[in-house]
Amino acid sequence: MKRDFSLDVHHLTRVEGHANIQITIKDGQLLDARWTVVETPRFFEVMLKGMSAERVPFLTSRICGICSISHALASIRALERAMEITPPEVAIKTRLLAMQGETLQSHALHLFFLIAPDFTGTDSALPLIHSHPDLVRAGLQLKELGNEISIVTTGRSTHPVSLVVGGLSKAPDKERLARLRLMIQERKQELERACSFFSSLAIPRFSRETEFVSLSNDSSYPAIGGRLVSSDGIERDENDYLLMTNEFTRDYSTSKFTRLSRESSVAGALARFNNNHHLLQPKAKEVAAQLGLQPVCHNPFMNNIAQLVECVHILEEAEELIDSLLDMELREIKTSYCPKAGAATGAVEAPRGILYHAMETDDKGNVVRADCIIPTTQNNGNIHLDLHALVEWALKENKTDREITRLCEMMVRSYDPCISCSVH
Amino acid sequence: MKLKIASFDFTCCEGCQLQLTNRESTLPDFLDLLDIRNFREISSEQHDDYDIALIEGSISRQDEVERLLAIRQHAKILVAFGTCACFGGVNSLKNSFPVEETIEEVYPGMKIDTLPVRKVSDIVKVDLSIPGCPVSKEEVERIVVSLVTGSLVTLPQYPVCMECKAALDTCLFELGEICLGPITRAGCNAVCPTGKTPCLGCRGAAEEINMTAFLDLVHERKLSKADLKEKLAFYNAFEAFRSNET
Repeated sequence: MKRDFSLDVHHLTRVEGHANIQITIKDGQLLDARWTVVETPRFFEVMLKGMSAERVPFLTSRICGICSISHALASIRALERAMEITPPEVAIKTRLLAMQGETLQSHALHLFFLIAPDFTGTDSALPLIHSHPDLVRAGLQLKELGNEISIVTTGRSTHPVSLVVGGLSKAPDKERLARLRLMIQERKQELERACSFFSSLAIPRFSRETEFVSLSNDSSYPAIGGRLVSSDGIERDENDYLLMTNEFTRDYSTSKFTRLSRESSVAGALARFNNNHHLLQPKAKEVAAQLGLQPVCHNPFMNNIAQLVECVHILEEAEELIDSLLDMELREIKTSYCPKAGAATGAVEAPRGILYHAMETDDKGNVVRADCIIPTTQNNGNIHLDLHALVEWALKENKTDREITRLCEMMVRSYDPCISCSVH
Repeated sequence: MKLKIASFDFTCCEGCQLQLTNRESTLPDFLDLLDIRNFREISSEQHDDYDIALIEGSISRQDEVERLLAIRQHAKILVAFGTCACFGGVNSLKNSFPVEETIEEVYPGMKIDTLPVRKVSDIVKVDLSIPGCPVSKEEVERIVVSLVTGSLVTLPQYPVCMECKAALDTCLFELGEICLGPITRAGCNAVCPTGKTPCLGCRGAAEEINMTAFLDLVHERKLSKADLKEKLAFYNAFEAFRSNET
């Protein structure tokens, strides 16, 4: 079918931050497909210069309203490694639990409120309150649970209070941890219900081979620190993040790009799953099989399903972490330290993928150099190339203009881009 | 009658807008009070007929200035929503570095549009300010109910110290820390000092604070001037008191 079509989505909706999709088709041929980030830069790397290590996590958490715990913990890890501080066991466990809470909250927001409307054909999740009350309730219950985990572990759901260099400023309360455990058990049913809704959805059967990058370790599904690995077989030390990212700029985008072995690579739930599926909790493995998610999966739309599988994993993992915290004396929560000069990287698996903070300190513990590389930055190149391939595929499948528009928007949303975060 | 509301984000982390979707147990009732006309982060439906505009973020680029002026034309009540909108917030830390060097450090060799960070009231008239980094959803719920019922919208006038005392927290000054609780507006349930981290003043100055007495307290206890300076500058919320800092 020979046709002309141009698509210009100015400020894509139901994503965090400002970016545009532009597609031009002439005589049935794709001329251009572009993903343009126009978000206002904030210059966090400059703001961090001269700041005391103690204050840094309170600033870096403000990079992102959705994954503030990940940002706080990436910079804390970088600073602790730079100044050779080992946090106590209670802090390590509490931080891991906090990460589970944040990822659950972020995935629930994305799955139930940002992308569900793509499948129900509505503009937002608001009409679903009446048309799909069970689904909305499940989403709210899981999001609330994620937030509650963050509150119990860090003092607040957005912009954590008690995550500090050296450990924690305050221990989680045991009574609240015990209540949290009950809350998790109660809400497993809601998650099962959600899984059956998502299993009924028609996920576009599109795929484009690419490279998946994530953290990895031999003992557990990745969260804080570890080796940097890719599905093309690259493996590097955490401090070698620059070799893993090769960051570059394009004049039409305020968000940068990265690449590794190919033209582009991907970070996020699907990358974590593809590289670490064997370390998922058994229940999560079962759900992955039921939902048709198999490694290595190259369909970007399946990132949504990988997020759902991770929610199942999180509920199991969080229970185990709570049990071990309840068995511990929560007294030793912070290692005291003397500030010193050093440099290191802290990498964590934020909800949207691997996040790097590199920090260099002077002998007073003030930051002299900082660098933050955000998951969405690592996905920009892949989104861009997927748009090309998706439109070509849709043309071959004789999709209508309207369907192409919907597919392009849906595909970008599947990445769960955090645009304001990527243009920090 | 429902409030015709719109929410817009500028230079920020979008964490304040996210708070609107939190407190999930009361969310359906909260949403029942609102007719959401424009809220890009959660909805593809967009209209320009709104009465209340929530402005999240500070202003740091020319296109943001123009967008904000257009929103002011449409809105009956324009709300500075969160610390960035009210005071400039952490983004203001950028202003102490030269612009050219800042751009060169982050985007070497690229042409990037950026302006010194400003708060919303530097550009348009603000009818209502809701401070907080992030805003407290509980406070937002209370204010929305006041707007629906046409009653007076107020923020606590007293400092964070009062809420901290009520929570029976140990004073951080007693632990040798500078805390901005004595001079900062309450309304956050003293969430930071309760978590044993010092208040950094995200809600701005309380009414009729005694800055001189506060500074005397810091000096008497021989606490670090550099630490005090870093804390007061963190959210740019004590700009008006800068002259009596030292």
